[in-house]
Amino acid sequence: MSEKILLRHEDVPNLRRLDVYEADGGYRAARQALTTMEPAALTEVVKASGLRGRGGAGFPTGVKWGFLPKDNPKPRYLCVNADESEPGTFKDRQIIEFNPHLLIEGTLLSAFAIQCHTAYIYIRGEFAFGTKVLEEAIAEAYAKGHLGRGIYGTNYHLDMYVHRGAGAYICGEETGLIESLEGKRAYPRVKPPFPATHGVFGCPTIVNNVETLACLPAIVTRGAEWFKGIGPEKSPGPKMYCVSGHVERPGVFELPMGTSLRELIEVHAGGVKNGKRLKAVIPGGSSVPVLRADEIDIAMDFESVAKAGSLLGSCGVIVMDEDTCMVRALRIIAKFYHHESCGQCTPCREGTGWLEDLLIRLEEGGARPNDVDLLRRVADNMMGNTVCALADAAAMPVQSFLNKFRAEFEEHFARGGCPQRLGQPAPARIAAHA
Amino acid sequence: MPTLEIDGQSVTVEDGLNLIQAAERLGIEIPHYCYHPGLSIAGNCRMCLVEIEKAPKLQIACNTRVAEGMVVRTQSDKVKHARAAVLEFLLINHPIDCPICDQAGECKLQDYYMDYDRQESRFALEDKVHKNKARDIGPLIMLDQERCILCTRCTRFLEEVTGTGELGVFQRGDHCAIDLFPDRRLTNAYSGNVADICPVGALTNKDFRFRARVWYLDHTASVCTTCATGCNIDIHHRRGEVLRFRPRHNADVNQYWMCDEGRLSYKRLQGEGRLLQPVVRDGAAWAVRGWTEARALLRTRLSEIVAAHGAGAVAGVVSAQATNEEIFLFGRLMREALGAAVATLAWSPVDATRDDFLIDADKNPNSAGLRALLTDVADLDQVLAEARRGAVRGLVLLRADLHAARGSGVLDALGDALEFVAVLDTHFGPTAEIGDLLLPIATFAETDGTFINRAGRVQRVHEAVPPPAQSARGWQLLSELLGDVTGDAVPVDASAVFTELAATHAAFRQLSYSRLGELGQPLAAGA
Repeated sequence: MSEKILLRHEDVPNLRRLDVYEADGGYRAARQALTTMEPAALTEVVKASGLRGRGGAGFPTGVKWGFLPKDNPKPRYLCVNADESEPGTFKDRQIIEFNPHLLIEGTLLSAFAIQCHTAYIYIRGEFAFGTKVLEEAIAEAYAKGHLGRGIYGTNYHLDMYVHRGAGAYICGEETGLIESLEGKRAYPRVKPPFPATHGVFGCPTIVNNVETLACLPAIVTRGAEWFKGIGPEKSPGPKMYCVSGHVERPGVFELPMGTSLRELIEVHAGGVKNGKRLKAVIPGGSSVPVLRADEIDIAMDFESVAKAGSLLGSCGVIVMDEDTCMVRALRIIAKFYHHESCGQCTPCREGTGWLEDLLIRLEEGGARPNDVDLLRRVADNMMGNTVCALADAAAMPVQSFLNKFRAEFEEHFARGGCPQRLGQPAPARIAAHA
Repeated sequence: MPTLEIDGQSVTVEDGLNLIQAAERLGIEIPHYCYHPGLSIAGNCRMCLVEIEKAPKLQIACNTRVAEGMVVRTQSDKVKHARAAVLEFLLINHPIDCPICDQAGECKLQDYYMDYDRQESRFALEDKVHKNKARDIGPLIMLDQERCILCTRCTRFLEEVTGTGELGVFQRGDHCAIDLFPDRRLTNAYSGNVADICPVGALTNKDFRFRARVWYLDHTASVCTTCATGCNIDIHHRRGEVLRFRPRHNADVNQYWMCDEGRLSYKRLQGEGRLLQPVVRDGAAWAVRGWTEARALLRTRLSEIVAAHGAGAVAGVVSAQATNEEIFLFGRLMREALGAAVATLAWSPVDATRDDFLIDADKNPNSAGLRALLTDVADLDQVLAEARRGAVRGLVLLRADLHAARGSGVLDALGDALEFVAVLDTHFGPTAEIGDLLLPIATFAETDGTFINRAGRVQRVHEAVPPPAQSARGWQLLSELLGDVTGDAVPVDASAVFTELAATHAAFRQLSYSRLGELGQPLAAGA
């Protein structure tokens, strides 16, 4: 795909500025939708496009909008999930920092489709620069009549606010995000009820991911058929892939949904760094099951990755070369989830720390004979038994690392610690991750 | 009314119930920590996971509403495994200090561990997360963060019931801890409830902790007498000593709660100042008498006054602290047997605590009973005035604290003017000081009886512990005094007194002790 939709700022300099964005055809979609389309028609177009949520779960966006109750007298809200915090994921940040009006236009389209008049962009606290960019862009958009009252001469009005988080991973979970937005501790809510009926301030709410919204302007101007024509039928559209780890050219790549994982690593990211051999790939952010080097001939779309036993997730592709200690890699992942567990549900609160403790012992020595089995049991006991998916996110890497690299864990136990570290310091690039 | 199946048994229940409540109807316990019927659903402990047909994962029973045709399994291997897993997680960072924990014996960690887990710990002891212990967070409550399982019942209670929000969850993950918000103390008027609802030993009651192991306690259903609300309570006692009050669920009165003032009111039942045997004034001193002699003295003195000055020279005063049975018998004794007037007293301090929840400004448990049982009563202040000028010469006080109600000036004048004062009460005090004959009677924890609360609900109290020493149950003493004058047989128990009372008072006609049960019944309307 030669023409970039989501990473257009790479082709058009200064796209962050409203005048440049408008000159490049920006806000044409919003004007077209608001002045010529019924909200329901817009929803139908998005449904027809086959757009699926880019936050990780892949739920069809138009269908999600349809869950809003028709006869609820309360106001509706749109929340933009800009709390991108899954390790290995840095795509939304590109849009926020370099093409903020694309997000604002997409948000305007979504808000119009669901007929809400208040949109909150919940942005992770670490994105200080992104917050500044967005706030400036929103001010520009208000000044030029893209937001506020009577947009484009219609009687539609929309107010948009940026709400900055305080640096908790759990705020990316949509109901944790809603609680945090309400000024509370970000404990994900028990469901049902779902946000579509009881969201922000108890009102019907839609939560959409940044990349999802960024797809909307192009769907409106180019049509659902065009969108559907990109990539596989069930997961169509352009997609941003984040590639990090041991590759020559890490970065974000916009390619059609369904691009092969091998092509992504070997062609677009320049292959494994320093000519080393590939050992493992985490395809969808640190929470999804790991793939071995011989499992990367798969299409990167929701169905294909699931069929291969992992998840497309946030498309955060983490590449590990042959020198990677899988115990250490898993320990780093476990440390993250231990640190980020909100502490609400028993299995996650207590299990994430236990997993990290066991992995520390395996890596640094002091493990007990049954610790590898115990690691597996603890992960199994966490899986699927909590309010939100954070426990699953912590458990799935453990399960898959053990399924695919168990011998390495056994070796760590047998040798009383990490073989790479016994008698020599850890390789510099691994230590740098700690 | 959906019909569903739980563990192979069919049950039809009201719409809107959750699976914990529905299973309860079948006598099936679904274990839970965070769920409390008086609070919102949190769904965080994950102890109530059950298997529901067609659901891909285990579901929490507390947040699952009953539905027609639902098939639920609470005893499958999957469920048992999940419960054991949750308990293992709960216990890994728990100090397991049961031998020194005051919750032991009423701890849901202990109970459920024995019921659903019973496995050896697989967690390395040295890895436990340590937090604050023995934190004094309020006048009534001690917090141990290490024992806490973060069920958030306490924080929800303080948000949803009292609206005071003193406690919150701080930190994240396994460093989470319940604590006071900065510059706050747990000082609201209902703080004791957080210790009741805490399923583990994290929040304990400072007044009760380390005073008794709970498995030695006996429980007796009763009603709080601190105010007119009549919160239902359980009296916890051991070997004749009352050790604490706990609120008892009554959806029509106090739900699951009680105020701290009521909770601590057990203290005035026992100990200092109790009258323990009948005494008569002997000049400046007091002389102990046996009951036979004391009763004879009361009858003789009152008869003498009536004979010399007429029935109008004797009056009785009964307060709203008395049970219905006592009020009824006192009325008969004074009016029918002696022909004397009866005045009533329902006094509360002018600065009495009150709120729009459970705390009523009327500090009497039975003002409504006094109104329902005694009509055409004499005006108390008129009776006292007549006593001061010598028209009333003999006075009988039943649980009537004139000193508190009218002050020492009025009382001293009465003491000088009256020929004979009989005081029937639980404690010695300024009012008893003017007495010539003091007859010790039981507190509400030491007798059977009924009170009528502010909403007109008739509620029973039970004899939790026997009256101490020589003190007598009020209904029994009054029946005997009545018998002394009339020759009537003494009823066998308080229930028989109530039956008599119900027969003669229309508002009570439909009621009996068995009908009242433990939750009480409203007085007939319009009566």
